[in-house]
Amino acid sequence: MPDTPFWAVCLVVVPLFFAIICFVRSSLVTFLGPLAAWLNALAGLGMTLSFVHSGPLRYAIGGWQAPLGINFSIDGLSVLLVAMTAVTGLSVSMYAKGYFSLRIGSAGEINRHGHQRAYFWPVWLLLWAALNGLFLSADLFNIYVTLEIIGLAAVVLTALSGKPAARLAAMRYLLVSLLGSCCYLFGVALLYRSYGILDMTALSRLVSPAPLLWVSLALLTTGLLLKTALFPLHFWLPPAHANALAPVSAILSGLVVKASFYLILRLWGEVFAQVLPFAAYVLLGVLGCGAVLWGAVQALLQKRLKMLIAYSTVAQLGYLFIALPLIRLDPGPSAREAVILLIMAHACAKSAMFMAAGSIFLKAGHDRIDDLDGIKEVLPVSSFAFVLAGVSLMGFPPSGGFLGKWLLLGVSLASGQWWWGIMLVIGSLLAAGYVYRIACHLLVFKASFSSRRGSIPPVMEWPAVLLAVLAMILGLLAGYPLGLLEAGCPVPIHACLEVMP
Amino acid sequence: MNWGGLLLVMILLSSLVPGLIIFALPEKSNRPRTFLNLGGAFLKLLLILVMIIGIYQGRQFAVRWQLLPGLELALNSDPLAALFSTLSTVLWLLTTIYAVGYLEQSPNRRQFFGYFSICVTVTVGIALAGNLITFFLFYELLTLTTYPLVTHRGTREALAAGRVYLAYTLSGGAVLLVAVAWLQVLAGPVAFGGPPAAAAVPATHELQLIVIFFLFIAGLGVKAALVPLHGWLPRAMVAPAPVSALLHAVAVVKAGVFGIIRIVHDVYGVPFAAGLNLLLPLAILASLSIIYGSLCALREDDLKKRLAYSTVSQLSYIILGVSVAGPLAAMGGLVHLVHQGLMKITLFFCAGNLAETLGVHRISEMRGIARRMPLTMAAFSVGALGMIGFPPMAGFVSKWYLGMGALEADKMWVVAILAVSTVLNAAYFLPILIQAWFKPQESTWSEQGTTARLETHWMLLVPPLVTAFLVVAVGLLANAQISPLAWVKLIIGLEYGP
Repeated sequence: MPDTPFWAVCLVVVPLFFAIICFVRSSLVTFLGPLAAWLNALAGLGMTLSFVHSGPLRYAIGGWQAPLGINFSIDGLSVLLVAMTAVTGLSVSMYAKGYFSLRIGSAGEINRHGHQRAYFWPVWLLLWAALNGLFLSADLFNIYVTLEIIGLAAVVLTALSGKPAARLAAMRYLLVSLLGSCCYLFGVALLYRSYGILDMTALSRLVSPAPLLWVSLALLTTGLLLKTALFPLHFWLPPAHANALAPVSAILSGLVVKASFYLILRLWGEVFAQVLPFAAYVLLGVLGCGAVLWGAVQALLQKRLKMLIAYSTVAQLGYLFIALPLIRLDPGPSAREAVILLIMAHACAKSAMFMAAGSIFLKAGHDRIDDLDGIKEVLPVSSFAFVLAGVSLMGFPPSGGFLGKWLLLGVSLASGQWWWGIMLVIGSLLAAGYVYRIACHLLVFKASFSSRRGSIPPVMEWPAVLLAVLAMILGLLAGYPLGLLEAGCPVPIHACLEVMP
Repeated sequence: MNWGGLLLVMILLSSLVPGLIIFALPEKSNRPRTFLNLGGAFLKLLLILVMIIGIYQGRQFAVRWQLLPGLELALNSDPLAALFSTLSTVLWLLTTIYAVGYLEQSPNRRQFFGYFSICVTVTVGIALAGNLITFFLFYELLTLTTYPLVTHRGTREALAAGRVYLAYTLSGGAVLLVAVAWLQVLAGPVAFGGPPAAAAVPATHELQLIVIFFLFIAGLGVKAALVPLHGWLPRAMVAPAPVSALLHAVAVVKAGVFGIIRIVHDVYGVPFAAGLNLLLPLAILASLSIIYGSLCALREDDLKKRLAYSTVSQLSYIILGVSVAGPLAAMGGLVHLVHQGLMKITLFFCAGNLAETLGVHRISEMRGIARRMPLTMAAFSVGALGMIGFPPMAGFVSKWYLGMGALEADKMWVVAILAVSTVLNAAYFLPILIQAWFKPQESTWSEQGTTARLETHWMLLVPPLVTAFLVVAVGLLANAQISPLAWVKLIIGLEYGP
C-alpha cells in the first residue's frame, strides 16, 4: 500500500494535472472534472488512512531539502483539513455536475452556461490543488504561492456568473485579495531578513521578541485577516459569496476562507505562540465578537437567501477568532480541538446551505426569503438539507458546532474569562434567529407553490443532505477526527536549525 | 454493547425508525402510516414492560457512547426514568390513536406523524438519559421536534405562536447550556443515579453552585412553565388538539419538570440543596405559579386556554412537592407527574372532541353539551374532578401526599397554598361542569357531519375514556403493587433511604 508522502504528492499533482487537461481540452470537462474529484477524494481518504499508521512526518519532495526544495509537513491538523476539503470538494463537485447540466439543458443560452462550465472545472481543480498544497506545506513562502493561487482562482470563480453584481464583487475581491497577499509577502520577506529561514517548525524555535518581528507579524496577520474577512475587514465577502454561482458560493464559504484561517491558527497557535503577548489575542477575540454580532444582525436584516447565508459566514468566522484567546489560555488541547471541530462543521454545513439555496433558487426562480412559503412541497429534500444545516450552524446538539462551542465554553469558564463563552452562547441565539427566519418559510405548509422549472436532479439534492447530516452527527463521531489530531503535534526537524543569517 | 443496553437503544429506535420511514412514505399512504405508528407504539410499550420487569428483578440497564474524554452520552434505567418513560409510552399510544382519528381529513399528515414519532423518541430519551449532557441533548432536540407540531396548521396565528415558543425555549436552552457547562467545569462529568455530583464540590465554590442552581431553574423553568417564564404555553394552544394533549401531559412541560426533579434529586441531592437554602426559593416560585396560574385560568373563556393556565398551576405541584424536602411531599410531587399527565390529557382529548365534533371552543358555548356528548363530558368531568382533588381520583392522592408531606416538614404555609389552590381549581372547573350538565342548550353548534352512531368518531372517543378510567383506577388502586404510587415509593425509598 502506498505511503503517506505518496498520497500527499498525489493530492497536489492529480488536481493540477486534471486542471491543465480540462483547460486545454474543454470538451472533456463533463467527464474529467467529476473523475478528478473522485480521484482527489480517494487520495484524501488514502492519506487519512495511511496517516493513522505513519503518524506525523516531514517529506522533502524529490529529496531536495529546504531551503531549496519544497517540504511537506504532515500532521494531524493538515490531514484533517485535507480530508475536510476532500469530502466537501467531492460533494460540491457532484452538485456542480448536476448544476451545469441542468442549466445547459434548460436555458436557451447554451453558450453562456457552456462557457461557465468550461472554466469552472479547471479553475476549481486548480483551487483544490492549491488548498491541499497550503495545508501540507511546511514553509511560509510555499504557502504564499498557494495562497496567491487560491485568491486568484477564487476571484475567477466569483466572476464566472457574469452578472454585473458578480463582476463588481469579483473586482473588489481581487483588490482585497491582492492587498492581502502583498501584506503577507512583505511579512514573509521581513521574517526571512531576520531569520534566514521560513520553515514554520524551525521558526517557532528561533523567534524572540523584536521590533522587526512585530512589524512582520502585523503584516502577515493583516494580510490573512483581509483574506479571512474578519470584521471589520469583511466588507468584500457578502457580495462576492452571494452573487457567485451556487457551487462556487459553497466552495468560497466552505473552504476558501478556511485556508487563510488555517494559517492564522498555525502562526498564532503554534509558531509564534510563545512570543505573542496575550493582549494581541484579546484584540483578535474582540474583533471576533464584533464579527459574531455584526454578521448576525446583518443576516437578520437581509431579504435575499444567499445574502443571509453569506452574512452568516461572517458571523461564524467570528467564533473561530473568539477561540484564539482561549487556545492560549487553555492548558489542555480542548480549545484547539474545538476550533478544528468548528472549522469542519462549518465547512460541511455552509456548503450544504449554499448548495440547497442554489437548488431553491433554480426551482423558485428567485431567492427572496419572504416568498419561499411552500417550497418544501416541491423541493422537500433540499429544504430538509437547508434546515438541518441551519440547525447545526445554530450549534444544536449533537452537531460538530455544538461540541466545539461546548468545549470552548468549558475552557472559558475554567479559565475565569467567562465572557468569551457567553459571547458564544449569544452568537448561537442570534444564529437561531436568522436560521429561523428562513426555516419558518421553508417548513410552513402551503398547498401550491408556483415553481419555474422542472425537477432538480437528485445529484444536486443529495450531496447537500449528505453534508448537512455529516455536520449534524460530527459531534457524535468527534472522537475519530480528534484522535488523529492528538497524534499530530509538530515534528522536530534536524536540517534547518543550523541555517542562520 | 450488552443486552440490557441494546434494550434501551431499541426503546428509542422503536419510534425513531417508524418516524423516519413515515417521512419517506408518500402523503397518500394512510394505512401503512397508521400501521407503522401503532406498531411502533405497541412495540415500545412491550419493550418498556420488559425493562420494568427487569428493574423489578434488580437488573440494571445501561449503555454509553464516548464522544470525547470526559464527555459521554449515556442511557440508564433507574426507577425515575422508568416512571417517566412508561408514562410517555402509554400516553403516546393513546394520543396516536386519537391523532389518527382527529386528522383523518386534514392535509400534510406525513409531516405531522413523522415529527410526532420523533418527538416521542426524544421524550423517552429525556427520560432515559443517564447523565446531564445526554439529558441536555434530548432536551434541546425536543424544542426542535415540537416546533413543526405547534405550527402544524401554518396559519398566521400558529406561526406567531411558534415564534414565541422558539424564542422562549431556545433562550432557556442557552441558559441551561451555560449551567451544564459550568457545573461540569466544577464537578466533572455529572451522572444521574450515583452520589450527587454537586455535593462533592469543595465548599469554596458554594456561591458558584448557588448561581448554577438558579441558572438550571431558569433554563428548565421555561419548559416547566414556572411563572415568569410561562408566556409561551397559553399561546401554543393553536396547535392541533393531539399536540396540545401531548405537550401538556408528557412531552414539553414534563421535560422541564423532570429536569428540575433530576437537578434537585440527582445532581444536587435534597440534603445538600436544602443545606444551601436553595429549596425554599424554589418552593416559593412554585407556589406563586400555582396561585397565578389558577387566577389566570379563572379569567379565560376559551376552553383550551383555561386548561393551559391550569397546566401552569398543576405542574408546579410537582415542583412544590420536590422542593418541600421531605419524603412524603416528594412522593406527592412525583406521583403527580403521572397523575397530572393522565388527567390533563383526558381534558385535552375532550376539548379536542368538542371542537372537532361541534365546533365548540368557548366555555360559554358549552351549556347543555353533556346531553349531546355524554361520554366525552363524563370523561371530562372525571378529569376535572380529579384536578380539583376529589377522592378517589388521582389528583386526590397527589394532594393528600403533598399535604401530609408539608405537615411532616412542618410547613403550614404549603398546606395553605394547597387549600387556596383547591378552592381556585374548583372555581374554574365546577362552572364548566355545571353548565355542561345542568344548563339547557343556548347556542347552536355546527355539527361537522358525524353520522356515526356514537357521539363522535370512535378513535376520538376511546382514548379519553381510557385515560379517564385510568384516572380513577390509579386513585382507587393507589396502594396496589403496580400503581404509580407504589413505584414512586420505590424511588423515594432509594433517595431518602428506607
